[in-house]
Amino acid sequence: MSVAIEQYLSEQAAKTTLRFLTCGSVDDGKSTLIGRLLYDSKLIFEDQLAALEADSRRQGTQGEDIDFALLVDGLAAEREQGITIDVAYRFFATDRRKFVVADTPGHEQYTRNMATGASNAELAVILIDARKGILTQTRRHSFIASLFGIRHLVLAVNKMDLVAYDEKVFDDIVAQYRQFAAQLGDPEIVPIPMSALKGDNVTDASSHMSWYKGPTLLEHLETVQVDSDLLTAPFRMPVQWVNRPNLDFRGFSGTVAAGRVSPGDAVTVLPSGQRSKVARVVTFEGDLKEALPGQAVTLLLEDEIDISRGDVLAAAQAPPQASDQLGVHLLWMDEQPMFPGRQYYLKTGTRTLPCVVTELKHLVNVNTLETQPAKSLSLNEVGVANVSLSDRVAFDPYQEGRELGSFILIDRQSNATVGAGLFDYSLRRADNIHWQALTVDKAHRASLKHQKPCVIWMTGLSGSGKSTIANLLESRLSDMSRHTYVLDGDNVRHGLNRDLGFTEADRVENIRRVGETAALMTDAGLITIVSFISPFRSERRMVRDRLENGEFIEVFVDTPLDVCEQRDPKGLYQRARAGEISNFTGIDSEYQPPEEPEIHIDTVALSPTQAVERILEFLRQNGKLREM
Amino acid sequence: MQVGSNCGPNHYPESVVSQTLTHLQRLEAESIYIIREVLAEAENPVMLYSIGKDSSVMLHLAMKAFYPSKPPFPLLHVDTTWKFREMIEFRDNLAKDLGIDLIVHINQDGVEQGVGPFTHGASLHTDIMKTQSLKQALDKYGFDAAFGGARRDEEKSRAKERVFSFRNAQHRWDPKNQRPELWHLYNGRVRSGESMRVFPLSNWTELDIWQYIYQENIPIVPLYLAKKRPVVEREGMLLMVDDERLPLAPGETPEMRTVRFRTLGCYPLTGAVESDASDLPGIIEEMLVSRTSERQGRAIDHDTAASMEKKKQEGYF
Repeated sequence: MSVAIEQYLSEQAAKTTLRFLTCGSVDDGKSTLIGRLLYDSKLIFEDQLAALEADSRRQGTQGEDIDFALLVDGLAAEREQGITIDVAYRFFATDRRKFVVADTPGHEQYTRNMATGASNAELAVILIDARKGILTQTRRHSFIASLFGIRHLVLAVNKMDLVAYDEKVFDDIVAQYRQFAAQLGDPEIVPIPMSALKGDNVTDASSHMSWYKGPTLLEHLETVQVDSDLLTAPFRMPVQWVNRPNLDFRGFSGTVAAGRVSPGDAVTVLPSGQRSKVARVVTFEGDLKEALPGQAVTLLLEDEIDISRGDVLAAAQAPPQASDQLGVHLLWMDEQPMFPGRQYYLKTGTRTLPCVVTELKHLVNVNTLETQPAKSLSLNEVGVANVSLSDRVAFDPYQEGRELGSFILIDRQSNATVGAGLFDYSLRRADNIHWQALTVDKAHRASLKHQKPCVIWMTGLSGSGKSTIANLLESRLSDMSRHTYVLDGDNVRHGLNRDLGFTEADRVENIRRVGETAALMTDAGLITIVSFISPFRSERRMVRDRLENGEFIEVFVDTPLDVCEQRDPKGLYQRARAGEISNFTGIDSEYQPPEEPEIHIDTVALSPTQAVERILEFLRQNGKLREM
Repeated sequence: MQVGSNCGPNHYPESVVSQTLTHLQRLEAESIYIIREVLAEAENPVMLYSIGKDSSVMLHLAMKAFYPSKPPFPLLHVDTTWKFREMIEFRDNLAKDLGIDLIVHINQDGVEQGVGPFTHGASLHTDIMKTQSLKQALDKYGFDAAFGGARRDEEKSRAKERVFSFRNAQHRWDPKNQRPELWHLYNGRVRSGESMRVFPLSNWTELDIWQYIYQENIPIVPLYLAKKRPVVEREGMLLMVDDERLPLAPGETPEMRTVRFRTLGCYPLTGAVESDASDLPGIIEEMLVSRTSERQGRAIDHDTAASMEKKKQEGYF
């Protein structure tokens, strides 16, 4: 018995795995196709089959026949609505190969789900309803698959039974598709006429289409060569964890992202650029002579150099580039749109760091592939943008390597994954701009004035009393011979920011510019008082991060909305209520109060003079006002 | 058998090693990557250890992931007090052998109220002694990431759960608001009070698990192997009489039958299957002809199709 099992296990071991994606819309029969593959490859157990038969009678759309779609559509909401709204992963195997199927929804509002499935897939099966031919969605699915690096496409022309298995219908669709696909960089396309419902050309050759001489879908999936270039690519390994069981062992644990690595290989550490040689490739089973792509190992180097999580070890003769300014493709995945200037966390490889999308060049219409100008990127939109990172990171262009070419963006407030991106190229600005090493620096300028520069950032609703307090504070500081400057919402909007309106995107840009101005003034050694509504936490945080520790002093001028509205010094609330002004903070635009301001001023309890005293006290306690 | 012994059957055919990773090697590496990623990003991770075969594989992978270091986090077993006696014995020996911290948590409120499957029914017992108990333990120790051994092939709603599954401060799973997972870029960021459930075995199948246990010589609870055991048959399920707490109906007498378990849980809720598979090759061979999925042996899954999804939303693993 054991001999038979040994043989079975070694046969299993020799099998390769194909990861593929199915894309198509609700009515194209995608779930039916996957259900059919699972069923025909005997991956459905008897109890599941019994449940399926019961479900089919209760909810199915196939009368007394089995509704295969019910097998695949997992979540209760999906079963009720009869649609696939998320990504589901299915596993099945044949005698020749093992398969992981990512089943993803087809509607435009689920583009992000499809991209998720595509990110780890080697092949995409694109379903087309033979009665309808190539639709907008076909182009969208093909574009997303191709953008995310899938080079092998199967054009599954389904429901051939409903067009009387007509060869001409099939040929016309294929010809039309090939013409379109030329724009996608020439992927491999294998068209197959089929009926998932009836089982034609899925696992068994159809008896209705003798004119078709090609493989069935399963035959193609079993034999298609998707050899990646990973084996021959230069070595890459992002460091996940520094392994230090004792003082004599300092290893770098990670998964080989590309290429191979052996003891003696010269490696470069990115982004630092330090070099060393691999001493050992350590695993639980013992040291390896060579590690392959995808293998999880721990590397020891010959030299003691400073390496931490997030760094990349790479072949010294062909290292990746490192940059902090990159041109990217970006797919937005969050309900809240992306605005240039807003800060996010970017995760690439094992590195997470702050990032700003500095410029949105254009968005790509996923249906027509046309580009169009845009100021923001909404859910499921794809854009071409520039990003600026807080530090240099190692990267490969996505089309050369997925592992070092991909990144996600994370919202700094909610921690949600909001964007998925592909690195295209380095803008190389980082390499060209060298800061002038000035002998007169910030510390020197500030010492001339016997003060420590800082930004006193007052945030609060319109009419909360920010300007009153700011002006009073400036005159008190001026009396003390301190050098100050006030940046006020109104005066800046008349000049520097006259081109900006009050949309969310413009508000983000407004604060970004004011933050940059305040940063320059800080560099000049001044105490800068900023009086801006600045309603969004993320922008205030962006300015805080732009400055050095302790330089940003957030003052929350806290006045209840009804009090502001009563005061209404400029009559703005009245106009907003009358609908004459839109996007007015507190009325039809959100104000996000600070979570931990340095100073919290309750204007109902404190007079402006008392508020100023409170701020001065804070400045004294924090060493901002040295004795002269 | 010791975890980590190299006395197992021949690992991989030479020719395969030189070309590309085998199916199991690929799964193994993927899981190790996930386990390391959690350690690097979480502040206070824990590994849920259920004593079952999946937990055994997960623990073995953790031993590999950090070698030569020990896994830098404790194991947590949520004990319902109704586990098979052999499971508890196995658990305590293994933790000692591996030298890993083991936390055993029992819901004392439930114990005081005398909660059990016979008095309170399967659902309530599972909710109080397992789901609520788990939340108690996670809150008590402030764990912000917990590894679980669930696989996507087990059940339909699990097929859609992320590898890094976000839970709010109430431990609830929101299937409509999951973080997209692209490439191998997992987002493990949480705010204080929130947590992650992480499933390193997401992409393994039951057959993969058994093949791997065999290949790697991973110790498992002997209940998985066929042996003569005292059982009673109720509503089509074979229940093992593991201790005197199992109330026998009038005229009901336990009989010795050769059975094994495909899944392990509370003994009164876990059905045995008749089987002659008394070693691992036997199990694998049985798997190949099996036409019944493993969860059939679990009483709690038999309600509605959406039962697991509902339980998971409430905080069940």
